[in-house]
Amino acid sequence: MLSKIAAGNGHAEESAYFDGWKAYENDPFHPVDKPHGVIQMGLAENQLCFDLVKEWILKNPSASICTVEGVDQFQDIAIYQDYHGLPEFRKAVARFMEKVRGEKVKFDRDLRWRTGVQLVPVLCNSSDNFKITKSALEDAYERAQDAKIKVKGLLITNPSNPLGTVLDKETLISILAFTNEKNIHLVSDEIYGATVFGQPKFISIAEIMIDQPHNPDLIHIVYSLSKDLGFPGFRVGIVYSYNDNVVNCARKMSSFGLVSTQTQRLIASMLSDEVFVERFLVESSKRLEERHRAFTWGLNQVGIQSLKSNAGLFVWMDLRHLLQDATVEAELTLWRVIINEVKINVSPGSSFHCSEPGWFRVCIANMSDETMDVALRRIRSFVLKKKNVAKPPVVSTKRKCWQTNLQLRLSNKRLDDFMGISQIGSPHSPLPQSPLLRAQT
Amino acid sequence: MTQPHSPSPTNEPLSPTTSTTTTTTTTSTTTKPPAMRLIVPLQGVVQGRGGLILGSIIPCALFYFYQLYLKKHRRRPPPPSQTPPFLSPTSSSTDLTRSSSRPNLRSSSSLGPAPVSGRAHGLSKPNVSPYYIGLDRFREDPYCPSVNPDGLCMDLIEKWVVEHWEKSMGSELGINGIATYQPLDGLMDLKLAMSDFMSMVMGNVSIDPSHLVLTCGATPAVEILGFCLADHGNAFLIPAPYYAGFDRDLVRTGVELIPVHCRSSDNFTFSITALEQAYNNARKRGVKVRGILLSNPSNPVGNLLPKETLHNLLDFAREKNIHIISDEIFAGSTFGSEEFVSIAEIVDWEDLDKDRVHIIYGLSKDLSLAGFRVGAIYTANENVLTASKKLARFSSISAPTQHLLISMLSDKRFIQEYMVTNRKRLKIMHDSFVSGLEQLGIRCAKSDGGLYCWVDMSALIKPYNEKGELELWDKLLTTGKVNISPGSAFHCIEPGWFRCCFTTLPEADVPLVMNRIKKVVESCKSSS
Repeated sequence: MLSKIAAGNGHAEESAYFDGWKAYENDPFHPVDKPHGVIQMGLAENQLCFDLVKEWILKNPSASICTVEGVDQFQDIAIYQDYHGLPEFRKAVARFMEKVRGEKVKFDRDLRWRTGVQLVPVLCNSSDNFKITKSALEDAYERAQDAKIKVKGLLITNPSNPLGTVLDKETLISILAFTNEKNIHLVSDEIYGATVFGQPKFISIAEIMIDQPHNPDLIHIVYSLSKDLGFPGFRVGIVYSYNDNVVNCARKMSSFGLVSTQTQRLIASMLSDEVFVERFLVESSKRLEERHRAFTWGLNQVGIQSLKSNAGLFVWMDLRHLLQDATVEAELTLWRVIINEVKINVSPGSSFHCSEPGWFRVCIANMSDETMDVALRRIRSFVLKKKNVAKPPVVSTKRKCWQTNLQLRLSNKRLDDFMGISQIGSPHSPLPQSPLLRAQT
Repeated sequence: MTQPHSPSPTNEPLSPTTSTTTTTTTTSTTTKPPAMRLIVPLQGVVQGRGGLILGSIIPCALFYFYQLYLKKHRRRPPPPSQTPPFLSPTSSSTDLTRSSSRPNLRSSSSLGPAPVSGRAHGLSKPNVSPYYIGLDRFREDPYCPSVNPDGLCMDLIEKWVVEHWEKSMGSELGINGIATYQPLDGLMDLKLAMSDFMSMVMGNVSIDPSHLVLTCGATPAVEILGFCLADHGNAFLIPAPYYAGFDRDLVRTGVELIPVHCRSSDNFTFSITALEQAYNNARKRGVKVRGILLSNPSNPVGNLLPKETLHNLLDFAREKNIHIISDEIFAGSTFGSEEFVSIAEIVDWEDLDKDRVHIIYGLSKDLSLAGFRVGAIYTANENVLTASKKLARFSSISAPTQHLLISMLSDKRFIQEYMVTNRKRLKIMHDSFVSGLEQLGIRCAKSDGGLYCWVDMSALIKPYNEKGELELWDKLLTTGKVNISPGSAFHCIEPGWFRCCFTTLPEADVPLVMNRIKKVVESCKSSS
C-alpha cells in the first residue's frame, strides 16, 4: 500500500554514518552523569561561539519578536509567508556571504533557499592529498557515460567535507573549465566558508568567475548558517544562482521549506550588526584554529597523522596503519571497535565514499575543551594499547554480543561507485532517489 | 474543467543532446512534448531499420537542421500559455530588480543555454492562475486600513507574548540548546503540545504524539504524504471545488489529482456515487487511484462533512483499498451551528483502517501563524510514519519557533480563551459578510467553517462560463479593487462562484468592501 519511495531504502539511513549516531544516542557521553558514554565526534556542529551569540541576543532584545521591545513586530512577522522571504533577511545573509568571502565578491542577486544536495563520486587519492584532478573528473564523466547515465552537473564542497581542505585557485579554475566544456552545472557547496583559519584563505567559485570564461547560467552556490554560525537547528539554507530559471523555480519550490519568519527576523538583525559579525568571524576562526591544533597535536603524539587542513569542523584522520588489511571490512571492524571500546563516534571513510580504507572523519568543534581532552585521552590509550599487543588478534568470525547493535548494510558500494550510482551517506544530503534532484536521463 | 496539468517527467526542453539517447519510459499519462516525438521516430531509423544510408544520413541531416532551428530560436522567449488575453501572467511583478554582478561576468559558452530539469522548467513557468495573480495584485497595491488586524486574534497572541516574554524569549537565550541539530521531525515536547492542541481543536479526539510528524507548514506535509502513498503517475481523487494550492503541493510527486465535481444543489458535498464513477473512469484510462484527498472543513466552500458521509467515505476507501488524506487545517476555525467531526473520531484506531487514514494539520489558519511554518502529519500507519519522518528532514520547523510554540500551546488556559474568542469573531465576520452580500442580492453557500464565504455571482456573469467568470473577476480586481478568487481557480465546475476571505479586514471595513462590490454589481447589471 505504500509508494516505492516510502517502501524503499532510498533514504540511505542504514549506513555506518547513521549507525554511529544511533550508537551515540543509545549511550551519550555526559561529563558528570555518563562519563563513560559515547562521545559524539560524528556530527559536524560548531558549538564554539555560542557565548558570543548569547551576548548579542541579550543586548538586542528587539531582534526577537518574543520580547517587550520586539513584540510590536509579532503580527507582521507571524503572518508573513511570502516565499521571497523578508527583504532584510535576504540582504543580511547576502552581506554575510560577501564578508565570508573576504568582500571579494558581491551577492547582490536575490537569494532563494532550499536545502538539497546530491553526491556523485569522483575518486580522489591520498597520494594527491585528495585533490580533485582533471583526469579524475574526466574519468568519472566517462564512467557515467559508459553506464548511460547523463551527467547534469558537478557538485563540490569547498571547503571540503570530510577533508577540511580549501580548494586552491588552480583546482577551481580547472573545475570551472571542465564544467564549462561539458556544459554541465556546477554547484559549489560553500557551507564551511567561514570555518577557515590561517592559510590558505578560502576562495569562492564566485571569485573565480570574475576573470575566467564560463557560462553564468551554470553556476550555483549552496550555503547555510548551520556550520559557520552554528545554527543547524534554525534550518536556514540558501541557494544562490546566476540562472534566472533556477532562481524562479527554487523560489517556488521553497514553499516546501520556508524559513520561519521568526528566525528570519532574528538572523536579519544579527547579521546586520556589522561590528558583531566581524568580531564573530575573527573569534570563531581563532577558536577553531586552537581546537584544531590541540587535537592534531594530541593525535600526533601517538603517531596518528591527519590530512593537513585548515577549515571545517573536523579532522581527516589517517588510521590506515591500524587496519589489519586495506579493505572496507577492516575499516568497519576498526570503526566498531572505536565506537564500542573507545566509545567515540567517528565516521568511517567508506561512508564518505573514500576509495582508500582507513581514513576517518573526526568532528572537533561540537564539544567543550574538557570533553575534547577526554576524547584525546581515550584515543591515545587505545592506540598505545594496540601498539603493545604483539600481533593484532584475528577477528573472530563468531559475532560477539557487542556487534549485535550495529547492523551494517553493505550493498556492493564499490561496484555502485564505479557505476556512478550513489548510495548516500552525507549529513546534509537528501535521498539519492530524491524526486527533487533525480536527474532526467 | 480540465485536469490539472502535471509536467511530464521526461520533458527535456530544447536540449541539444545526441539523438541516440536511450528511450526513457514514462509513466505519466500526459502528452509527450514535441522534443520526444522527434527523437522516437529518429531511433527507428538509427537502429538500422532504414539501412546504412538512411540510418546515418537522414538522422544527421535532421539533427543538423534541428540544431539550426535551435540556434535561430534560442533567444525567443517561452510562449505564454493558457493566459486570458486581458491578463498578463505574473513574472516580473514578483521579481525584484536583478543585480549588477552579471555584466561583470564573462560568458563564453558556445553550446547554448544549459538545460534545467524538466521539473524546474515546469515550475518556473509564470503563475497564470487567477488565485496567485490576485495575490500579486494585492501586494502591488494593498489597502491599508487605519486599524489592520491581519488575523482576527493576533492581538491575543501578542498579549500573551508580552506577558510571558521570558518563557518565549528563553527560546533564543537558551541558544546552546536549540541552535544545534534537533530531531528533524520535531521536538518531542512540541509533539506533545501539538497533540494536546489538536485533540482539543478536533473535538476531544485522542491524538497520540508518537504518531505525529512535524513539518514546516502544511504544504510540505501534503507533499510528503503524496510521496509516501502514491507513485509517480498514480492519482488521488479529490472533491472539487478544492484548494488551489494542492495542485502545486503535489507537482513534484507526479501524482495526478482527479476532481470529483460537486454541485451547488448538494451544497457542494460529494457523493459516493460520484467518487465511484471517478474511480472507474480513472481505471479505464489505466490510472491507478491510490487515495482520496479532501479538506474538512472544506476549502473553498466552508462546509463540514457530516459523520455519516465520513463513514461512507471510509467504507468506500476500504472497499477499494485506498488511502484517505484529510486536511483538517481549518478544524479550529468553525463558527456555525454544526459541530466539526474529525475523521479521527470515526476511525477505529485498533483496526486495519488506521493504516489508511492520514490527517494533515497546521497552525497557519487556526492560530494565524502562517509565517512560522508549523504543520503536522498525523498517521497511525507505522510505515508511513517512518517514511514521513525521513522525508521531513527537508522540511523541519525552525528550533526557536518550536520552543516558542511549546510554551504557548502548553498554556492551556490561554489556548482555550483564544479558541473561544476566535470562533466568536469568525462568526461575527462571517455573518456580517453574508448579510452584506445578501443585501446586494448575492447569496452564499451554507458554511460553518473556514475563513471565507463561497459566493454565488453566477447571475452577474455573461456569458455563463469560465470566460464570463474571469471577466467579472478582473472587474472586481481592477475596478472594484477587491481581490476575491474565482471558482475556476478551485476547479469548480459551475461558473460564477467566488471565494471571499473575510478575516483580513476589521469589521468596520465591511461596509467599504460591500460598497466596492456594489459598484461592480451595478455596472454588471447596467451593461447586461
